[in-house]
Amino acid sequence: MSDDALPSGERRQLAPPIDDTGALGWMRRNLFSSWANGITTVVLVVAAGWILSGFLEWALFTATFTAATGTECRGGGACWALIREKWRYIFFGSFPYEQHWRPFFAVIAMLAMLVTSADRRMWNWRLLVIWGVGSFITFLLMFGQIHIPLSLFLTIALVVGGFGMSLRKAIAEAGEMNAYRVLAAIGLVGLVLRIAGVLPAWSLAIAPLSYVETSLWGGIPVTIILATYGLAFAFPYGVLLALGRRSNLPLIKGLCVGFIELIRGVPLISLLIMASVMLPLFLPSGTTIDKFLRAQVAVILFAGAYIAEVIRGGLQSLPKGQFEAADAMGLSYPQKTLLIILPQALRVVIPPLINTFIGFFKDTSLVLIIGIFDFLNTANQALVDPNWAGFPAEVYLFAAFVYFIFCYSMSRYSKYLEVELNKGTRR
Amino acid sequence: MAAKAARDLSNVASVIELKSVNKWFGQFHVLSDINLDVKEGEKIVICGPSGSGKSTLIRCINRLEEHQAGDIIVDGVTLSNDVKNIEAIRREVGMVFQSFNLFPHLTILDNLTLAPIWVKKMPKKEAEEVAMSLLNRVRIPEQALKYPGQLSGGQQQRVAIARALCMRPKIMLFDEPTSALDPEMVKEVLDVMVELAGEGMTMMVVTHEMGFARAVADRVIFMDRGEIVEQNEPEAFFANPQNERTKLFLGQILHH
Repeated sequence: MSDDALPSGERRQLAPPIDDTGALGWMRRNLFSSWANGITTVVLVVAAGWILSGFLEWALFTATFTAATGTECRGGGACWALIREKWRYIFFGSFPYEQHWRPFFAVIAMLAMLVTSADRRMWNWRLLVIWGVGSFITFLLMFGQIHIPLSLFLTIALVVGGFGMSLRKAIAEAGEMNAYRVLAAIGLVGLVLRIAGVLPAWSLAIAPLSYVETSLWGGIPVTIILATYGLAFAFPYGVLLALGRRSNLPLIKGLCVGFIELIRGVPLISLLIMASVMLPLFLPSGTTIDKFLRAQVAVILFAGAYIAEVIRGGLQSLPKGQFEAADAMGLSYPQKTLLIILPQALRVVIPPLINTFIGFFKDTSLVLIIGIFDFLNTANQALVDPNWAGFPAEVYLFAAFVYFIFCYSMSRYSKYLEVELNKGTRR
Repeated sequence: MAAKAARDLSNVASVIELKSVNKWFGQFHVLSDINLDVKEGEKIVICGPSGSGKSTLIRCINRLEEHQAGDIIVDGVTLSNDVKNIEAIRREVGMVFQSFNLFPHLTILDNLTLAPIWVKKMPKKEAEEVAMSLLNRVRIPEQALKYPGQLSGGQQQRVAIARALCMRPKIMLFDEPTSALDPEMVKEVLDVMVELAGEGMTMMVVTHEMGFARAVADRVIFMDRGEIVEQNEPEAFFANPQNERTKLFLGQILHH
C-alpha cells in the first residue's frame, strides 16, 4: 500500500533496516572488512593462540598437582602441589592451625556483611545492624574473646542519643525523641561519672574461645579487615574533609586543605612506618597501641585524603542552581548537604570512588613493610620453605587470581550501582 | 489573559521594603540606590536589558545574593547575616528559577514534600496531600512518581512553582521563569502564574513576557544599569513611557 492510501497528514512508520544477522555477518563486518583487517585478525589470533597454548601447557598439561615435596615437582610444568600444600598458610597465616575454622568463618561473616550491605534496599538503619552484627562476629572469631568496657556502652548511648536528637528532630514522634534524650543523658552522665572515677572500670567479657592476638593474624582475613574497615571509616571521613575543603570558614578550610595535601604528599609506606616506628616514641612509656590498629588508622587517614578529593570533584560538578534551590527553600546546611548535595555528588563519583577503593584494597599489601602478614605477605612467606623453594610464579599467580576475584567483583558492583542509582533519573 | 481593573493599593501594608539598597560585584555597581515598596498582594513585573540588575534585585530579597548597603525588610524582618533570620525569611518567600532547579535524584512528589517535611516539620502524609493538591492545581498530578528528567521543560517549571507553593509562602519571586522554555510551553507556565496572581499572591516577576505584564501586573518596573529608571501601572507604562531608555527598550522588544 502506498502513502497516499493513508489519511492525509499521516505517514507510514517505516521499520528500521534489517541488521546483518548471524555470526558470519558479524565477522565479515568487524574482523574481515578489508584485506589489512583480515591479515591483522589472523596474525593476532595465531599469536594469542600460541601464547595461550604455551600457558596451558605449563599450567595444566605438564603441571604437577600432587607431590610430597618440591623435588618431586620438577616435571617442567607448574607445581600446583605447592598451593595444595600451603594454601592454609597462605589464607590464614600464623593463626593457630587447629583453629583455622575461626578466620575462615570470620571471612565468611565479612563477605556476608559486604554482600548484604551492597544491596541498595539495605541502605537505612539496617546497615548499622548488619555492620554491628557482622563486625562483632568477625572480631569475636578472630580475637576469641572480647571485653567491652563500660565506657564504650556509654559512648554508644551518647552517640546514638545525640545523633537521634539532631537528625530525627524533624520527623520523629515525641516518644522516639524522649528515648533519644534519655539515651544521650545516660551516656553523658555515665561518661562524666566514669571519668571522675565514680563508676568502676567494669567491662563485659565475652570469651567463648581462646585468645589470639593480632600479631598471629595473617592472610586473607587481615587483607579484608584492613581494606573493609579502612574504607568504611575513610569514606565518611573523606566526605567530611571534602565538605570542609569547600567551607567558607577559613580555619576549617585551612585544616582540611593542609591535611589532604600533607597526606597526599607522602607515600603510604612512610605513613605506615611513622605509625609503627615513630608513634610509639611519642607515646608515654607503658602505653602501647596495637600494631595492627596503628596500621589500620594509617590506612584510614591515607584513604580518607584520596576519597576526599574524589568526592570534591563530585561536589564541584553540581550546578550552582541545586545549592540555590535548596537555600531558597530554607533548608539548613546539614539538611541541604545530606538531602540534596551528597546524594547527587556521590552518584557522579561512583566510578572514580570504586577505582580508589580497588586501589586501596591492593595497597593494603604494603603493610608487609611493618611486619603485618596480609594475604600477599603470607603468599610470599610460603616461598621461604626450603622444601618448596623455586616456585614463585605459581604462588604469585595464585595470589593475583585471588586479588582479581575481589577487585573484579568491586568493579562489577560499581557498574550495578551506576545503573541502579540512575534508574529513572535519566531522560 | 483577561484584562484586570486597576486597584488601589495605597492602604495596604507593605510586605517588602527596599531602602537605598546598593550592591557591587567587584567594581561593578550592580544595584544602585534601589528604593521599592511592595504591598501585600501586589504583582510587580520587572523588565530591563540583560545585566541591568533585575535578577540580582529579587535574589537579594531571599538572600541568595548579599546586598552591601541599605536595608531590605521582608515581612517585618530586616535581612542581616543572622542565619536564623535568613532561614525565617526563606520560609516565607518562594522562588522559581529560570533553569527550574528541580532535584534530579528525587521524584516529583519528593521534590515537593522535602521542604515542608524538613523545614516546616509537617507530617509526611499531610505533606503528600498538600503536594498532590498543588500538582492538581498545576495540572500534572499524573507525573507525581516520575523523576524531573522525564518531564518536559514546561512541566518541570510547573512542578517548580508547585514546589515553591508547598511551603505556603506569602511572597513568590520569579526569576525569568519562561526564558529557558520552548515557545509552545511558555503559555502553560504563564497560565499557572496568572491563576496564582488571581488568588491574591504577592508576586515579583522578572520577565520579558509583556502580555503577562499587561494582564497581571499592578506595576511594571524598568531597570537599567542597576537603577530603577521608570515604574508605572502597565497601561501607562506601555502606552506612554517617559524615559528615553524605556522607550528604546520597549521599542526593541515590542516591534520586530
